[in-house]
Amino acid sequence: MGEHEDLGGLGWDQPIDRRALLEKAALAGGALAAGGLLAGPARAVPWQANPGNVTFLSTQLNTVQESEAFRNVLLQGFRGKTDAIFAANDSAFLARIQAEAQAGRGSVDLLGALHGTFATLEDKNQLLDLSDVVKDFTTGKSAISPEFLKLGKLGGRKQFYIPWIQATYVVVANKRAIQYLPRGAKATRLTYGQLNQWARNIESSVGQARVGFPAGANGLIHRFFQGYLVPAFTGGVVTTFKSPLAVNAWNYMRSLWDSVHPQALAYEFMQDPLLSEEVLLAWEHVARVKSALERRPDDFVAFPAPTGPKGLAYMPVLAGLAIPRTAPNPAGAKALIRHLLSLSVQARTLSAVGFFPVVSGRLSKRVSAGLRLESNAVKLQQQAPKALPSLLPIGLGAENGNFNAVYRDTFTRIVVRKEPTTAVLADQAAKLQAIMDKSGAPCWRPDPPSNGACKVR
Amino acid sequence: MAAVAERVTLGRRLRRWEGLPYWLILPTLAYLALFFAWPMVKSFQLAFQDDGVWTLQAFRTMVNDIEFGNAVRFTLLLIVVIIPVQFLLALVMALLVNAKLRGRGIFLYIFLLPLAISDLAAGIVWSSMFTELGYLNTVLERIGLLETPFIWINASRESLLLLTVVVAEIWRSTALIMIILVAGLQGIPRDYTEAAEVFGAGLYQRVRYVILPMLKPSIQVALLLRLILAFEVFSTVIAITGRGSTVLAAEAWRWQTANMDANVAAAYASLILVLSVVSAGLVLGLLRTPKEQIAR
Repeated sequence: MGEHEDLGGLGWDQPIDRRALLEKAALAGGALAAGGLLAGPARAVPWQANPGNVTFLSTQLNTVQESEAFRNVLLQGFRGKTDAIFAANDSAFLARIQAEAQAGRGSVDLLGALHGTFATLEDKNQLLDLSDVVKDFTTGKSAISPEFLKLGKLGGRKQFYIPWIQATYVVVANKRAIQYLPRGAKATRLTYGQLNQWARNIESSVGQARVGFPAGANGLIHRFFQGYLVPAFTGGVVTTFKSPLAVNAWNYMRSLWDSVHPQALAYEFMQDPLLSEEVLLAWEHVARVKSALERRPDDFVAFPAPTGPKGLAYMPVLAGLAIPRTAPNPAGAKALIRHLLSLSVQARTLSAVGFFPVVSGRLSKRVSAGLRLESNAVKLQQQAPKALPSLLPIGLGAENGNFNAVYRDTFTRIVVRKEPTTAVLADQAAKLQAIMDKSGAPCWRPDPPSNGACKVR
Repeated sequence: MAAVAERVTLGRRLRRWEGLPYWLILPTLAYLALFFAWPMVKSFQLAFQDDGVWTLQAFRTMVNDIEFGNAVRFTLLLIVVIIPVQFLLALVMALLVNAKLRGRGIFLYIFLLPLAISDLAAGIVWSSMFTELGYLNTVLERIGLLETPFIWINASRESLLLLTVVVAEIWRSTALIMIILVAGLQGIPRDYTEAAEVFGAGLYQRVRYVILPMLKPSIQVALLLRLILAFEVFSTVIAITGRGSTVLAAEAWRWQTANMDANVAAAYASLILVLSVVSAGLVLGLLRTPKEQIAR
């Protein structure tokens, strides 16, 4: 508890400002995706001296291809020598930073992680103030939206992290599937009911369930429950976990699952089954459908997630860059931040790994057709009138894994094993509450603010 | 001359020195202690402690986890199905390699090929065979055995999942047993089988009454190795079935990486260790070969 008491400072002590802020931030993301895929010449780099050796530790871009792209494509042009280490998860990442903080002597200069992870580090007072760096990103083509920058202050005055990349999840369909849309339904404005009907139509027409979710061992299906299904049906993630509305959500999922491909529990990245046409309709992280859309942009369409009774819930993902207090080379780390946020590198980030830029700039004609499809879907999703941004967990620290496991297990029990929904939710709610109590994390959006640990109602 | 004589004496003295063997095995012991015993003690400590307090909480979490029963069942099912089939196949392959056929060297290389491939790569290869639009269904459709693709990796039909993993595992690891059996077969003097042949024993009788009994020590070694490896099977299962099925080692991995709970992962690891030791003990006890039966 103790170490997280400060989390109130993250913003929930001023609930109205905080919520307005997040809403704006989510919209800003939309504006960026809409306006900005970055054309224009690379800006002259403002550092002169050789930045020296910079050690970069990141929980983002940690799949093999992404890490390789970071080293070979994104670091190109950086004059210092960079050692990039990718942590498999938050736990490994936090353990290393905390060990270095305890030793009082670090080796890591720059951190790449999600908003929620930085909240945990700032709680322990382990991040440097980057207010001097942020000045370069307030105007012109390199400007980062003020709402994003404000998120990087983690509710305080200092700039603890600089926004770096953003992403979200969208629905991708093979054009062959469009003909089976239920009458009157529009792919870009789908409801959950229509999605279910569409899935059934596809199954009865092609003779096989062809809807896919990344439910394999490394798949991200838990984000569908946390950021899409449950908030769209209940308006919350933690507080409404066992509400009657949540029962509806999970019963819906069980019904939808009848039309989901039987191999879904082995799917990791949906781009592969989409390309092989084993699956005609899939929900997935933008970076994990990128290769399908880029290789055959004429065969696929991308559109926002469906709308539920409480709105179009979606999960914006914002990752940032920060410098730990124990960094041996903070000047080099700042040089690397400027490099990674330069227009050309931000554009390269999009085309190399499929994460969207945070700096403004015009849509470049060089951006591939596949990425344009994605970008339009992201824009539509963020600007939808009933959009309900549902954030990644904030302040869970090492409990992140167990938090995901609760949603995964709930899915396995209700949807795969068909156990009674109400009983399972009551059982899993107890586990969820234990995790919230252990981490002490207050509620995050879309749950209403809480004093102290978030409570399941 | 004098120097040579002195060296000889030193060599002799060393050889006669009783402490020498112990000093020679010391590096091995140190290595085992550092890289096996110490991590083992540490992992038991992780399993039984939480923040320095002795507790069974990790084991409680493990047993109450929704995947625990499945993991135990699937691991045991794999062992029960795979090992007998594999031994039969390996014996046939070993006899084939050992028979004086032309080109037997080629057989050996072909049989050994899967051993050179990592288990994860093997799993991915087999997953691309079994997937709905994969090689297997394509071939079956071409030759007219199937009209529409058959779903092999079907999470709602455990027997199919078992079948796919069994096929991949047999392909991948039968060669290991075969190579041990081949070594054992080559240690059996030809006199015995030739004598049996003189007395009119057919192939079956020679295998059943001469070769198999003399092969028992090799079979014991192979069974021991295979059983221990079977409790550790992991990548093929993950690569082919994803979260459709699970085994003990996969659960240890999941708790360590996805759920980030090293204590429960260590509890799984301890369980795997105990099961391996118990089954190894059973194999050693049940298949004990009296000294006089060992071929010389």
